[in-house]
Amino acid sequence: MKLFGQSLRATIFLVFVCGILYPVAVTAVGKLFFSGQANGTLVRGSNGQIVGSTLIAQGFKDPKYFHPRPSAAMTPDGSAAQPYDAAFSSASNLGPDNSAQIKAMTDAATAYRLENHLLPSALVPIDAVTASGSGLDPDISLANAYLQAPRIAEVRHINPDRVKALIKENTSKPQMGFLGTSRINVLRLNLALDKQP
Amino acid sequence: MIANDWIQIFFSLTMVVLISPLVGRYLAWIYQSHHLSLERTVYRLLNVDPEKEMTWKEYGGAIVVSNGLFFVAGFLVLWAQAILPLNPRHLSPLTAEVAFNTAASFVTNTNWQAYAGEAQLSNFSQMVAITFLMFVGANTGIAALVAIFRGFTRSGSATLGNYWSDFFRFLIRAFLPACFLMALVHVWQGSPQTFQTAVSSKTLEGASQTLIVGPVASLESVKNLGTNGGGFYNANGAHPYENPTPLTNTLEFLEMGVFTFSLPFFFGRMIGRPRQGQVLFIVIFSLYLAGLGVIEYSEKMPNPLLAHAAIEQQATPFQDGGNTEGKEVRLGITQTSLFSNTTIAATTGAVDGAMDSMNPLSVLVYLVHMFLNEEPGGKGVGFAGLLKEAILAVFLAGLMVGRTPEFLGKKIESREIKLSALSLLVTPLLVLGLTALSVVIPAGKSSMDNPGPHGFMEVLYAFASGNANNGSAMAGLNVSTPYYAILIGVEMILSRFLPLLPLLAMAGALAKKKTLPETSGTFKTDTSLFVVLLLGFMILFAALTFLPPLILGPLLEHLSILHGVSF
Repeated sequence: MKLFGQSLRATIFLVFVCGILYPVAVTAVGKLFFSGQANGTLVRGSNGQIVGSTLIAQGFKDPKYFHPRPSAAMTPDGSAAQPYDAAFSSASNLGPDNSAQIKAMTDAATAYRLENHLLPSALVPIDAVTASGSGLDPDISLANAYLQAPRIAEVRHINPDRVKALIKENTSKPQMGFLGTSRINVLRLNLALDKQP
Repeated sequence: MIANDWIQIFFSLTMVVLISPLVGRYLAWIYQSHHLSLERTVYRLLNVDPEKEMTWKEYGGAIVVSNGLFFVAGFLVLWAQAILPLNPRHLSPLTAEVAFNTAASFVTNTNWQAYAGEAQLSNFSQMVAITFLMFVGANTGIAALVAIFRGFTRSGSATLGNYWSDFFRFLIRAFLPACFLMALVHVWQGSPQTFQTAVSSKTLEGASQTLIVGPVASLESVKNLGTNGGGFYNANGAHPYENPTPLTNTLEFLEMGVFTFSLPFFFGRMIGRPRQGQVLFIVIFSLYLAGLGVIEYSEKMPNPLLAHAAIEQQATPFQDGGNTEGKEVRLGITQTSLFSNTTIAATTGAVDGAMDSMNPLSVLVYLVHMFLNEEPGGKGVGFAGLLKEAILAVFLAGLMVGRTPEFLGKKIESREIKLSALSLLVTPLLVLGLTALSVVIPAGKSSMDNPGPHGFMEVLYAFASGNANNGSAMAGLNVSTPYYAILIGVEMILSRFLPLLPLLAMAGALAKKKTLPETSGTFKTDTSLFVVLLLGFMILFAALTFLPPLILGPLLEHLSILHGVSF
């Protein structure tokens, strides 16, 4: 009985310290020093409205924008696929020998070549035809971005070299020189495109 | 492999090797020094006497009763979520079976997720149920481990220490401060930390988007430091809010790796034989290295089934390449391999990429890590499992030369062997038994997401993960059905406490024995010979028990992919 009383007191104490006090303390200090990140790294448009977060992919479809990787995110109740839904992150969870997966990748590669006016034999970067782990991957590979550049230059009637220069400016190098990969943040690049005269 | 891959691997492994011994030394100090005044205040508040020594039965009783109440508290919060505060999205409560599964999962340090965090849990549940259970689950594991250590450090003693003192020392001097500090680093790098929940935005193309934020960073650091693994979001560490940069990815697997690889050093210091700790570290680190090599190779391998699709799978200066399905571009293959190998070996179960889309040889490594579950094992009973294997290895060596085996000055007799064997049998019994059942009955088969050997692997992986108190999943398997939610929930509780109680009993028996002085006839357990013996025993045991399902799953899938067969 004594043990039960001690355990009960410990439970109440620990719920308060670990479940309430600790996250509240982290929030207070975190917001004080890193308020932008603590709120979700949000980006605001010229009118002050939130246009998204640089950490979360948007489902760009318009040919004048760079497109993100395929997404396997789901509807908010998790019942069906809804690509790029930031309220239910998900991967495809398809195995490498699943014929549905092989077909999906083959079809995606064909669609990618058509959209970007590439030859049928042109190799498509693998990140452009595979769904990311979260369904919300904000980045694409450099190869993927450079292959989309001519299409964007054509639709926007700007010099392809200008688009390539923008890609170069918006390339994120590996962190600290060696952690992770070189990559392009799609939202940041598209925002930079929209700023072009 | 390109130069950058080698640099990342070298850097990460060096950090593990350099920091782990220091953390081990710090942990030993925690348990070999006097109470702090803050701790005394807590003991007064809880009405416990930290000096009261407990027998193994009292210690085990305290673990069971306190964890029972932790479990009830967590269950009630999840189940009553709808009427609790901080729920502006009016999320409905979890079903009773999923709430049961989740509370069982987090109190046992498994952190298996039969729910989707951002879609189903309010910020209140994420804090008061999930974050709370992550702290207490991991803390219980450490306390139990320290009690088991005392079986070796004490001579002629009937007791194993005081549970409450073991519990709160670690929480106050290591766990809470480390989590607080790392949480701030995660916020700095981009993890949200707020009590808001949904942010509406209008995308550049004019579509509306709902971003889910919350107290993510504070959950993230305890998730990794406690080798817990349950994420704020459904995609876990693959989600850019949980793991925004390659640096957070590296910190996350170091958080789990360093804390667990420090345990052998901690043990060596506690028993006053640092060399023994180093030897045990070498054993688990070599298994860890071997796993990493296979995963990196396997994930970089081009998929022959895509040969006709004109897809560039190789690494080039403009892309990282490899098996990118279910992986994030910012992390690439190497960061994902480092993370996944560590998360499984340390029984965390957090993932930064989809395990279900990994190549079969990688899954083979994950399964073997989980079957062994002793290398290094997390703040579950992982490291205690390694000691159990060491005792059995010494016993076998004793049989070969025909003399009474000794381990660390303690005679190993029939009671210790019986209890070790009992604890050892739990894994094959649960994993193989439940997998066999689930692949023949409709309730088990209907949840599979992938056809062929991959579907079989999903089921095997689920039970191996529940048993190893790991918590990662090949997530295509639908585990929120009542069948899987209840079965895996029960399995997690059995797998945590069935091996733990015999080990405590064994520690109780060992503490009673006199520590024998070392003689010229003593079999030394801090030598390279012992490394080979222990590794051999572990691999032999795992191979004899688990080779058939490994052949039916990952090996079959690997060979069929090489032969161009898809399912």
